[in-house]
Amino acid sequence: MWDYLKLVIYGLIAILAAIASTYARDLAYLVHAILVVAIAAGLFIYTLRRMGHEKPAISGYLDAPIRVGVALTAFWGVVGFLVGTYIAFMLAFPEMNFAWAEGYLNFGRLRPLHTSAVIFAFGGTALITSSFYVVQRTTGARLWNDGLAWFVFWGYQIVILLAATGYILGSTQSKEYAEPEWYTDIWLTLVWVGYLVLFMGTLMKRKEPHIYVANWFYLSFIITIAMLHVVNNLSIPVSVFGSKSVQVFAGVQDAMTQWWYGHNAVGFFLTAGFLGMMYYFIPKQAERPVFSYKLSIIHFWALIFLYIWAGPHHLHYTALPDWASTLGMVFSVVLWMPSWGGMINGLMTLSGAWDKLRTDPIIRMMVVSVGFYGMSTFEGPMMSIKAVNSLSHYTDWTIGHVHSGALGWNGMITFGMLYFLFPKLWNKAGLYSLRLVSWHFWLATIGIVLYAASMWVTGIMEGLMWREVDAQGFLVNSFADTVAAKFPMYLVRGFGGVLYLTGALIMAYNLWMTVRRAPLDESAPATAAAE
Amino acid sequence: MSDKKQDVETTGHEWDGIQEFNNPLPRWWLWTFYATIIWGIGYTIAYPAWPLVEGATRGVLGYSTRTEVVAEIDRFAEMNAGVKAELAAMDANEIPNNEAVYNYAIQSGRATFATFCSQCHGSGADGIAAGNGYPNLLDDDWLWGGTLDAIVTTVAHGIRNEDDMDARYSEMPAFGDDYLSDDEISNVVAYIGSLSGMEFSGDATAGETVYLDNCSACHLEDASGDQMQGAPNLSDAIWLYGSSEEAIEHSVRVGPYGVMPSWTTRLDEAEIKGVAAYVHQLGGGE
Repeated sequence: MWDYLKLVIYGLIAILAAIASTYARDLAYLVHAILVVAIAAGLFIYTLRRMGHEKPAISGYLDAPIRVGVALTAFWGVVGFLVGTYIAFMLAFPEMNFAWAEGYLNFGRLRPLHTSAVIFAFGGTALITSSFYVVQRTTGARLWNDGLAWFVFWGYQIVILLAATGYILGSTQSKEYAEPEWYTDIWLTLVWVGYLVLFMGTLMKRKEPHIYVANWFYLSFIITIAMLHVVNNLSIPVSVFGSKSVQVFAGVQDAMTQWWYGHNAVGFFLTAGFLGMMYYFIPKQAERPVFSYKLSIIHFWALIFLYIWAGPHHLHYTALPDWASTLGMVFSVVLWMPSWGGMINGLMTLSGAWDKLRTDPIIRMMVVSVGFYGMSTFEGPMMSIKAVNSLSHYTDWTIGHVHSGALGWNGMITFGMLYFLFPKLWNKAGLYSLRLVSWHFWLATIGIVLYAASMWVTGIMEGLMWREVDAQGFLVNSFADTVAAKFPMYLVRGFGGVLYLTGALIMAYNLWMTVRRAPLDESAPATAAAE
Repeated sequence: MSDKKQDVETTGHEWDGIQEFNNPLPRWWLWTFYATIIWGIGYTIAYPAWPLVEGATRGVLGYSTRTEVVAEIDRFAEMNAGVKAELAAMDANEIPNNEAVYNYAIQSGRATFATFCSQCHGSGADGIAAGNGYPNLLDDDWLWGGTLDAIVTTVAHGIRNEDDMDARYSEMPAFGDDYLSDDEISNVVAYIGSLSGMEFSGDATAGETVYLDNCSACHLEDASGDQMQGAPNLSDAIWLYGSSEEAIEHSVRVGPYGVMPSWTTRLDEAEIKGVAAYVHQLGGGE
């Protein structure tokens, strides 16, 4: 019965999207409508061909979407780093904005492609995949519903597809990290509600009496992202057959909503979600108990209470009223210790196992990740202080700050997660090569250091050049002077990107060979049964 | 050290093999956290912070970013008020004779140039790159005159814009549109090139006749140009649109011309005179 209903739904979606495509008012909408027709028709045929087949009995954990997810995480990582490295060189050599690619592949189109590819494709897939794994293992229960799990997984990949093609074709609502237009936003809302139901459902039927700390973080990430996404994307489509929409908020209210969203995308997507990852994979890899239960409770509640107020520090010295600016700064500074709680718990978990740093490159990766987390969560509150911000704002310092967090913290912990999960998911005794992990570790670490250091140099230089006035109060430098002065550091940054990308390619090769060549683990069955 | 740690008990829970120690909060962590909270409360009392039904608390220090920036601007404005008024009132050509005013004019002009002029003329005033139609301001070749007075007029009203009745205006005909044959164009290009010591494919001698009949009314018989109508000097080896045979031929055929905005609406009298003085002293002011 359910299969018939699915056929009707897929068929209807395909027909409606086909009709919409004939009325399309712009290219992005047309391409997206055709993509939807193709996906719905494909699912229709797939479902039809499998009608009447015996369904395999459900037992143990649901690991199939996790296997696809870890592979896609590695793939999106490489794509995101590649685009990032390319646009880094575009800034050094503007000639790379080729005339033939104007309007499709120029910097303005590729930049959101890069940010979304690393945050939402790489980071998002890593979060969804790892949360599926962690919530099952730490509750002892299978995911609440198989169909819903697949819907959440592939539904999110469709969001990535629509967003990425939309950027290149010029469909954007011009909100940083929230560029996709209204129909993509609505689809993501459906997928995200499904994710929340799935996660809550799995927690409800848990076999453990308590909920493990990693799951608190994952849950706070899922709930808050739902709220942020819905409020920041409130908009009215110009036409149901076009991709353009108009924001509900205007002026400084719009700016405030956007940065309330933008900052908490960092706070709940890139911090809380990844802390969930950290709280499972570090103790597992180190084979040590978590350092302090008390610290994990206190820093969790402090972190999620404080983070949500810190957004206004993105709008210091603008049309934003002073009072909002002050509160944004104060909450950011108070946030410092709650952020560091996660770092302490991660690092101190290794006490008694420090010798593993010598022998296990995966642990080394995780430790460096937590180190960068600590560094950027100190740098963040510092940059939110108005006096510092008046120098750092709009400069490359901000770009450096973001990347020490994204490459160092989010990237490295995700690599650690992938190295941990691949052998487990394919039932292998270990990775194909630990030497290659070591290479990846050093290339990535040196890459990040080059990136962050060059951006500190250009950022502070740029900030000082912008504000430099002579004795009579006249500005000394033109904007073009500051751009010219940054050129050498842009090369260093680009080179850092090349190293980081090379490391990721080595990882992809190593993971691929782990699946193909590494010896099987004879001791344990592929998936431990959830009784 | 590791043995000591293991003295602490775990909470007794276990998830997939993960346990948690019952360690207390690190003291330094807790006290730093308290310190930031106390500082935060103090800061929000001192500065505008808490939203009320109408407006927000103003903070006991009475601070506001807007008054701060106004005070900063006023400080310099007050300091420069005297010399600025003097500059605005002074006859442009007289500016270099008064050392204090001249110095102020060049400093303010440099800042104005960096902000408003460098987009087209380049931050070094070299026209960004030779031959792209944006005049190089470092040489002594002046399209509309290089005296301080002439530069002030050009900056104030601009060139060929539609916003300012007093904008400088002239237009070269597009000689490719039925005025001259291909041969005549090729020859006149050869003649023009020969004035700067270049040899092109056409017949320069025949080109001289074409030049005298068609071009000399504006560019003058000796090709030295006419600043009254913005006709460039064609004999000084300085090329606004490029020095290749193709580039010069293109100029003859289409008669290209640039547009410069009027700045009277955006800059005040002293700023215009300042930027004129700055440009004048870059090189070759008349």
